[in-house]
Amino acid sequence: MTPTYYLLLSALLFSIGAVGVLVRRNAIVVFMCVELMLNAVNLSLVTFARINGSLDGQVMAFFVMVVAAAEVVVGLAIIMSIFRTRRSASVDDSNLLKY
Amino acid sequence: MSLILQFLAQQPEPVQQVVDKVTTGEAIAFWVLGPLALAGALGMLFARNAVHSALWLVVTMLSLGVLYMVQQAPFLGFVQIIVYTGAIMMLFLFVLMMVGRDSSDSVVEVLRGQRLAATLLGIGFAVLMVGSVARALTSVDAAGLQEANTTNGGNVGNIGQKLFTDYLFPFELTSALLITAALGAMILAFVGRDGKPARKTQKELVEERFQEGKRVGSIPGPGVFATANSVATPALLPDGSVSEESLFEVIEAIDKSVLSDDVAEVAGTGHQPDSHALKGSES
Repeated sequence: MTPTYYLLLSALLFSIGAVGVLVRRNAIVVFMCVELMLNAVNLSLVTFARINGSLDGQVMAFFVMVVAAAEVVVGLAIIMSIFRTRRSASVDDSNLLKY
Repeated sequence: MSLILQFLAQQPEPVQQVVDKVTTGEAIAFWVLGPLALAGALGMLFARNAVHSALWLVVTMLSLGVLYMVQQAPFLGFVQIIVYTGAIMMLFLFVLMMVGRDSSDSVVEVLRGQRLAATLLGIGFAVLMVGSVARALTSVDAAGLQEANTTNGGNVGNIGQKLFTDYLFPFELTSALLITAALGAMILAFVGRDGKPARKTQKELVEERFQEGKRVGSIPGPGVFATANSVATPALLPDGSVSEESLFEVIEAIDKSVLSDDVAEVAGTGHQPDSHALKGSES
C-alpha cells in the first residue's frame, strides 16, 4: 500500500460531493456537499504534504479550513434570510430573477 | 561564459530521500476508515431527511480527522474534529432546526433528465480522477514528515513557524476574512423593525392612560346579596342608589318581558317545585 490510496479516496469523496451539489434540492444539503468536497481536497493536501516531505500542504489545508468556516457562516446566514422571505429552503424556489 | 556553462552542467545534489513506508497498522486504519468515510458520504447523498444527511457527514468528517492523524498530521486531525464536527456541523444542525427539518427534498425534476446527467457526470469524473491518479502516482514513494514532526517543536511548532514566517500575509488576510464573515452573517441574519415605529415604553403607556381621563381602576362587579347573586343584580352605592357602571349592558338591553319568568323565580313568586308532581295523580 502506498499513500496513493488516500488520493483515490479523496477523488471518490470529491465526486460524491459534486454529484450531491448537482442532485440535491435542499439548500442546506447542497451546502453540506460543498463541505464534503472541501474535506476531500484537504485530505489530498495532507497526503501531498506527506509525499512531498514538507509541511506546506498541511498549512494550506489549515487555510482551507479557515475559509470553509467563514464560508459556512455567511452561507447559512444567506439561506436563513432566504428562508425567512420565501418560507422555503429549496434551491428551486429561489427563482425571482428568472423572468 | 564557461563559468555559466559549468554552473548549468552542475547537477544539484540529489536530496537524500527518506522513504516513508506505510506500516501495517496504518493500512488497517485506512481500510477501516476509508470505507467508513465513503459510506458516510454516500449516506449523506441518499438520505431523504436533511438531519440524517448531517449525521452521515459527521461520520465522514470524523473518519477523515483520524486519517489525518494517521498521515502524520496530528494538529490538522484535531482541528478537523474540533472545527468541522464540533463547530461547523453543529451550526448546520442549528440552522436545520430553525429552517425546519421537514423541509425535505422535492422529488420534482425542474430540468428534465438533470439527475441522470449529473449522476453520469459524477461517475465519469470519478473514473477520470481515479484512473489518472492511480496511473500517475502508483510508484511514488512518500518522503514522509519524520523530520518535520520530530525536530523544532514537532508538528504544531513547525506549522506555527511556517504560518508566522512564510505564510504571514495570507494568515493576516484570514483575520480580515473572518471579521468580514462575522459582520456579514450578523447583517444577513438581523431582523430589523423596518418602517415600524419604536415600541412605547411603560412610562409612556401609563401617562397616556391617565391623560385620557377615563376610569383608571376596574369597574364594579354585580351586587351579591342574600337574596340574589345573579349578574343582573346591580351593585349599590353607599347611599343606596344603583351603580350604573355595574350593570351588564347585554342584560340591560333585553326587554323585561322576555325575562319575566326568571324575575319571578328570583323574587319567589313564580312556579314552585311540586314534590307530588312526579308521583302522579292517584297519591
